[in-house]
Amino acid sequence: MPSIFDKFRKQKPRIDSSEGEAVPAKAPASDLWVKCAGCGTAMYKKNFQDNLKVCEKCGHHHKMTAQERVEQMCDQNSFSEWDADVISMDPLEFGPEYLNKLQQDRAKTKLSDAVLTGSATIEGLRVALGVMDFHFRGGSMGSAVGEKITAMMEKALDQKLPTVMITSSGGARMQEGMLSLMQMARTSAAVRRLNKAGLPYMCILTDPTTAGVAASFASLGDIILAEPGAIVGFSGARVIEQTIRQKLPPGFQTAEFYQKHGFVDSVVKRAELKRTTFEMLALLTRPLEVV
Amino acid sequence: MILEVEKPLLELEEKIAELKKVTENGVDLSGVVRQLERKAEELKHSIYSNLSAWDRVQIARHDQRPKTLDYIRELFTQFHELHGDRHYADDAAVVAGLARFEGRAVLVVGHQKGKDTKENLHRNFGMPAPEGFRKAQRLFTMAQRFKLPIITFVDTSGAYPGIEAEERGQYEAIASSIALMTELTVPIVTIVIGEGGSGGALGIAVGDRVLMLEHSVYSVISPEGCATILWRDASKAEQAAATLGLTSENLSKLGLVDEVIHEPLGGAHRDLAMTYKAVQLALTRHLGELVELAPDDLVEKRYQKYRAMGRVQREVKVSP
Repeated sequence: MPSIFDKFRKQKPRIDSSEGEAVPAKAPASDLWVKCAGCGTAMYKKNFQDNLKVCEKCGHHHKMTAQERVEQMCDQNSFSEWDADVISMDPLEFGPEYLNKLQQDRAKTKLSDAVLTGSATIEGLRVALGVMDFHFRGGSMGSAVGEKITAMMEKALDQKLPTVMITSSGGARMQEGMLSLMQMARTSAAVRRLNKAGLPYMCILTDPTTAGVAASFASLGDIILAEPGAIVGFSGARVIEQTIRQKLPPGFQTAEFYQKHGFVDSVVKRAELKRTTFEMLALLTRPLEVV
Repeated sequence: MILEVEKPLLELEEKIAELKKVTENGVDLSGVVRQLERKAEELKHSIYSNLSAWDRVQIARHDQRPKTLDYIRELFTQFHELHGDRHYADDAAVVAGLARFEGRAVLVVGHQKGKDTKENLHRNFGMPAPEGFRKAQRLFTMAQRFKLPIITFVDTSGAYPGIEAEERGQYEAIASSIALMTELTVPIVTIVIGEGGSGGALGIAVGDRVLMLEHSVYSVISPEGCATILWRDASKAEQAAATLGLTSENLSKLGLVDEVIHEPLGGAHRDLAMTYKAVQLALTRHLGELVELAPDDLVEKRYQKYRAMGRVQREVKVSP
């Protein structure tokens, strides 16, 4: 993609360069308080967590870890992980630097790569679930991400499950070169198999979903939801500004922007996401409900 | 356009031409000329057998390198260009149409770069808008309906990064184009003829066979973009090019490219006729093999081909 990480450095309304993360507030008691990345309001950390990392004041949706997302979306203890040991290699021989970064991010996120896959129930409905985590190499897609997502869809096909894919990614992973680009074809092919089998595939775009991930499995859902304010798009904001030599309009490349332009079915607040996902999947898979 | 790597060769060739002129005017220097011609041939050999990845990028972007419409003119008959996506506009960065290849009716689709500034402005430098991918999709579907094989030519620095392109869903246009190609029931041969720039290239490049001209390049990100992100310095593009593994040899080794089509010594732009011939022969062979396959078989093979593209391992956790 023309850019992978540029745009996240550009979001102006945010008060620091923390890429949309709520940062620990300064003293006193900094481990108890966080500062909203949207409006700067200091929040009691526990309340912030209880509110699903959404600012009570301005509604800014902060990034979640894959594990937090599973907890938010799935019925308690219903998630069982697939392919927890699939990791990337260094096919271009970028060297120890890249392998060390992978190792560090595995330790930091407790994930094998930038996506967590498995099966779970959502309000009792069994689904195949994929959750990307921006904290692992910016959610970038290399061979391991492509493999886990494709394998998840193949299992969904086998077990006749609806699939829910929650995205957060800057795009293809540069360090794995063309193998990364090919994950776009690989995952898209698997989506089409779900389509053909009549199994629902739902995408939930969270901040950010751009470039090679936006341009493959993230935009192929039967239903595409997005969280408020999530940055979505193909090219990075900085690349576009440099190409056209003009400033971008406010609200450009947000979830709301893409709903307006017809590429997102609905922008849904985090607190309503689980119920909405369940009801929509049930509408597609359970034609009659006992009333 | 003069390539840095070709400069010594071009200088020598100029000198030879001068000496030939002198010879024509009555002073016999044919011995020297022959000597220099031999030297030029050797130089050509040594230059083109030691090309760096960055040299390849320059050759792939050469303005006199044959473009999609050149191949269409030289290798196809009865080409009828078809315009528009039926929704919004016609994108001049992507050309498409019906034609015959050695008598067989086919659909041809390709990125079209210009050879000069005027043409490049018209073609938007071969950078597709969403309409380009949607035109391709419309015609892919038609080709499938009439059982026509599809041939695509890849030559773009990438999909156009602009406000309107984003508004009209550049990412969706690419995604749906890729997805559609994975399930088409007709043969698809893709040839990377110049620059294969990321998603904008892949949007028309999900072939049953992906061929690459020897000096073309295909990359997940431009070397300039990669250098900016990795080292915050676009001038390190040369280093990035070497790292990205974007040459035909590298991609062939990784199993992402099925065949490398050899170019005449000096690159496609130095011997057009030979280049066209080489592309034609490869196309004949691959198309001939693919048309023998049953549609279901074709789709399954294509799925497995892309399914296998990835390098992963199972992590072995060592207990402490």
